[in-house]
Amino acid sequence: MELTHKDVNGTRLIEANGARLDAAVAIRFKDEMRVLTGDGPERIVLDMKNVEFLDSSGLGAVVAAMKQAAPARRLELAGLTPTVRKVFGLTRMDTVFTIHDSAEAVLKADHVQAS
Amino acid sequence: MGFGESEMTDSLSLSFAADEMALRAALGQVREYLANSGFPECFLGSVELVLAEAVNNVIEHAYADRPEGQIDLHLEKRDAVVVITIEDEGVQMPGGRAPEGRQHDLDVEVEDLPEGGFGWFLIRSLTDRLDFSRIGSRNRLCIHMRADRAVS
Repeated sequence: MELTHKDVNGTRLIEANGARLDAAVAIRFKDEMRVLTGDGPERIVLDMKNVEFLDSSGLGAVVAAMKQAAPARRLELAGLTPTVRKVFGLTRMDTVFTIHDSAEAVLKADHVQAS
Repeated sequence: MGFGESEMTDSLSLSFAADEMALRAALGQVREYLANSGFPECFLGSVELVLAEAVNNVIEHAYADRPEGQIDLHLEKRDAVVVITIEDEGVQMPGGRAPEGRQHDLDVEVEDLPEGGFGWFLIRSLTDRLDFSRIGSRNRLCIHMRADRAVS
């Protein structure tokens, strides 16, 4: 699971580039997220538009990433694909995270707020 | 042919090593098989998720001390129902039955949010019938999933 990031208007955008966030990569994902959320802006948005499949190990890793970022930083999510959304919906984790339609929508909303 | 049409019972059998990369390959084959049979994408996602959870449990628990373990997967189409059997030769399920799988209480502080224990809840949420049996030294989990009730 390759993660790339950029900081835009005080938000750190992290893009998950792997198609699968599952048991095979969950621990590595969590460790990489720890590095990327350990410094920089308070607000972090994880763009999951490329992630087609997430299992309970992957879900646990996303929750762990939120916990290790807190309390100094908050992790939000964007771009959930249908199967990923299903896992968040069934487990009700969609009530725990702020979930945006897309990273573009997050940046656009910030822009409107700023102007 | 579409999944709703009457057709001969058809099946897919796979055997693979109890590791996460072999599981990925097996899930790809199952997905391709079901897609070629005309099942809708949302159902493919549900089957893939249920299989991933069930087999990960086998890898992490039944075969915890046996990385060389083998998993046998059999999938059978019966019109709109897919019957999946997963067999392994690992240790028996605690209590000899499949866990209930409960919804976690999420009304807690961030630091107390659960990071695991979602697997059986997801499996039970997405399946219509689930039978676990111990036959000699083998575990057998049999799952029924209906394509026409797929949770979206």
